[in-house]
Amino acid sequence: MQMPDPDPQILSRKARVVARLRDVLPSGAVIDDPAETRAYECDALTAYRCPPMVAVLPASTQEVADVLRICHAEGVPVVPRGSGTSLAGGALPTADCVILGVARMNAVLETDYDNRFVRVQTGRTNLSVTGAVESDGFFYAPDPSSQLACAIAGNIAMNSGGAHCLKYGVTTNNLMGVTLVQMDGTVVELGGAHLDAGGLDLLGVICGSEGQLGVVTEATLRILHKPEGARPVLMGFDSAEIAGACVADIIKAGVLPVAIEFMDRMLIEVCEDFAKADYPMCEALLIVEVEGSDAEIDAQLALITDIAKRHNPVALRESAGPEESARIWAGRKAAFSAIGRVSDYMCLDGTIPVSELPYVLRRIGEMSKEYGLPVGNVFHAGDGNMHPLICYDANKPGDLETCEAFGAEVLKLCVEVGGCLTGEHGVGIEKRDLMSVQYAPADLEAQMAVKDVFDPAWLLNPAKVFPLDVSEARRVAALAAE
Amino acid sequence: MSGLKTEQEIADFVRVASGPLTIRGGRTRTLGLAAQGDVLDVSGLSGITLYEPGALTLVAQAGTPVAEIEAALAEQNQRLAFEPTDMTGLLGRTGTSTIGGVIAANASGPRRIQAGAARDFALGVRFVDGAGQVIKNGGRVMKNVTGYDLVKLMAGSFGTLGVLTEVSLKVLPAVEAEQTLVLRALSAEHAVRAMSAALGSPYEVSGAAWVDGDVWLRLEGFTASVAYRAASLQSALAAFGGADVVDDADWTQVRDAAPVHGSQAVWRISVKPSDGPTVVAGLPDGVRSLMDWGGGLVWVGHDASEALHHALQHQAASLGGHATLIKGPEALCSAVPVFQPEPAPVAALSAQLRARFDPRGILNPGLMVA
Repeated sequence: MQMPDPDPQILSRKARVVARLRDVLPSGAVIDDPAETRAYECDALTAYRCPPMVAVLPASTQEVADVLRICHAEGVPVVPRGSGTSLAGGALPTADCVILGVARMNAVLETDYDNRFVRVQTGRTNLSVTGAVESDGFFYAPDPSSQLACAIAGNIAMNSGGAHCLKYGVTTNNLMGVTLVQMDGTVVELGGAHLDAGGLDLLGVICGSEGQLGVVTEATLRILHKPEGARPVLMGFDSAEIAGACVADIIKAGVLPVAIEFMDRMLIEVCEDFAKADYPMCEALLIVEVEGSDAEIDAQLALITDIAKRHNPVALRESAGPEESARIWAGRKAAFSAIGRVSDYMCLDGTIPVSELPYVLRRIGEMSKEYGLPVGNVFHAGDGNMHPLICYDANKPGDLETCEAFGAEVLKLCVEVGGCLTGEHGVGIEKRDLMSVQYAPADLEAQMAVKDVFDPAWLLNPAKVFPLDVSEARRVAALAAE
Repeated sequence: MSGLKTEQEIADFVRVASGPLTIRGGRTRTLGLAAQGDVLDVSGLSGITLYEPGALTLVAQAGTPVAEIEAALAEQNQRLAFEPTDMTGLLGRTGTSTIGGVIAANASGPRRIQAGAARDFALGVRFVDGAGQVIKNGGRVMKNVTGYDLVKLMAGSFGTLGVLTEVSLKVLPAVEAEQTLVLRALSAEHAVRAMSAALGSPYEVSGAAWVDGDVWLRLEGFTASVAYRAASLQSALAAFGGADVVDDADWTQVRDAAPVHGSQAVWRISVKPSDGPTVVAGLPDGVRSLMDWGGGLVWVGHDASEALHHALQHQAASLGGHATLIKGPEALCSAVPVFQPEPAPVAALSAQLRARFDPRGILNPGLMVA
């Protein structure tokens, strides 16, 4: 994965930039010792690493504004960072950048149950947002797998999803307002405790803009009362086709489960080995979860199991209680750790129309043979968001490149059948150069026009999202204008 | 110009346009200002191009009548969950509402508080920008974070950034049963307290409105589940004086703001729900109003009045919300900002985005900004 060469002129100004940053931030909040900046050299896409020139850890919106104003004046690129859990390289630094981490900004600023929102600083982790309101019966719905560690800032940047978004939507559907600091230090409030924009929906375009339009320091998030209960049913099938048909029938029957998760044989075996979840050995496993009171859950599960029975399941197990529910989920939730124990892997994130599922899985299986790399599939079946996990050996020369080529073919296939490159992880650097597969030049031009408006000098996370050759003219022009 | 049948024809028409264009679908929700320049009629670009009930997705050309989409969905026992408003009664129009107009206006009904807005159900768009270029964004799958979300930017942009030619929508199952709890004769303040208690409960209230002094709370789903939740909510709200459960509440009255029909001027105000009563309390005698979205959406109907308009927008700004003049005589609409004026840095961003998407300033010029 290519990144632009660091600008020697910026590197030569390092001492001055650091001194100016120290003027506005407390000591300890500006990190320039190479031994310490190493801590920021990568996110969860660990195959790519590059220590930043400087890392800063501001503690308030004002400090973020001060940092950005200085970097703007100095022409220094800024890479915003939440918790560094991006699987797409969204927080990967360049050697000439300032990493702006929001980790010190993790306060809950306002909790309002009457109006059903919570306002937080964006360094707060996803799970601790729910943690702040759950004793009063409320929760924050988007639940990415990394929710214990990932920050709201990163969730907003990538428009993160999770297992339960079939019912509750993704980040953008639960985000009501932000405090945004623009690259020149201007602070704007978009949205708030009311619903929908009075003018253009700028909040809607900020969410998912991968830290390229501004730094979000505070967020107003919709919270919901927890359901009275939730319970999954586990079902096993002889083929992905049958599982896919079962999912479509459940949806067509008018039930909207809160989650429908799919795993193929390889993942079932790996997860079973790791988590001892008592999974049936079969070609396709579904976990379908519904919510409500006990009686409501019983009624929905009865309907769902009736449908499942028409598809000749090889296993069908309704959870009898919390302990069994936890066990059913244990394997699925441990999927990434379980596969990580047996191999290095790359996690893809394409989305496909659910009707294309059997075809896409068959093609992935064929490609796995062609490329000589094993692949397992786990995904959110209700919404078609796939997570093929391609196994490779990081110590074997050329294996990563083969894996990336394989991954690119899978993502092209997703687009070909009417889907997209990424459903919830974001483009980052990982899918950057595939953007032209999904979008025509005019489509990308329209998106880059938005960045031109928010960040005319292209200093915020500049080498991400858009293919390097497509964004080059803008990045070069911005450098020349310094 | 009508008779345009394809996206390419629309693109060509925009590219060679020499002056302002007024974009029209069914002309059922056009805001105040009179048409300027040529009319660009999108209603010829019509038809559902893809519908996969098992994937909960539908793609339609922008001029497709909403009624046609709703009929196709009903056949598969599905629906548009955001409950698009029908503005014909309020505006006194007779046209046929189109899906492009619904998305361009981000027109969402009572279920917005639970299910989301039109913008939340728009998965993808195709549009013609002000230079006549065809642009696509998003797609037809439910989860998609590939590049910037211009779908949200287009939803609610009232045609000022581009002419929508196609939209992809997420749809949801229709419901087996619906019941409404009615709490009688509550003040605006007590009404919002009751609605907040209901919306903050686990019972999945899908509509919460204050109509002629009564609170309406809607429950939807499978029959047994609705009955269970109605009973649970009844006891949870006992402190508000008891609630009747009715089967025949007409939620289209709330969706379409029927209580303010016939007013010369109508405003739509979005605030934090607990600020709804503040807006209602500030209205002069004789002004009609209705609260939806648990208090967060206030419809106000009255004689055309610049003073009332400015007071409402001033108040909305101080409450952190916004007020839009939905209906009014041409004289009022041309004298005041129809949309809530934005703080300077936000207004600057919006203006620059318009300049990029519509460099000649020809798409519904002056509609969203004075």
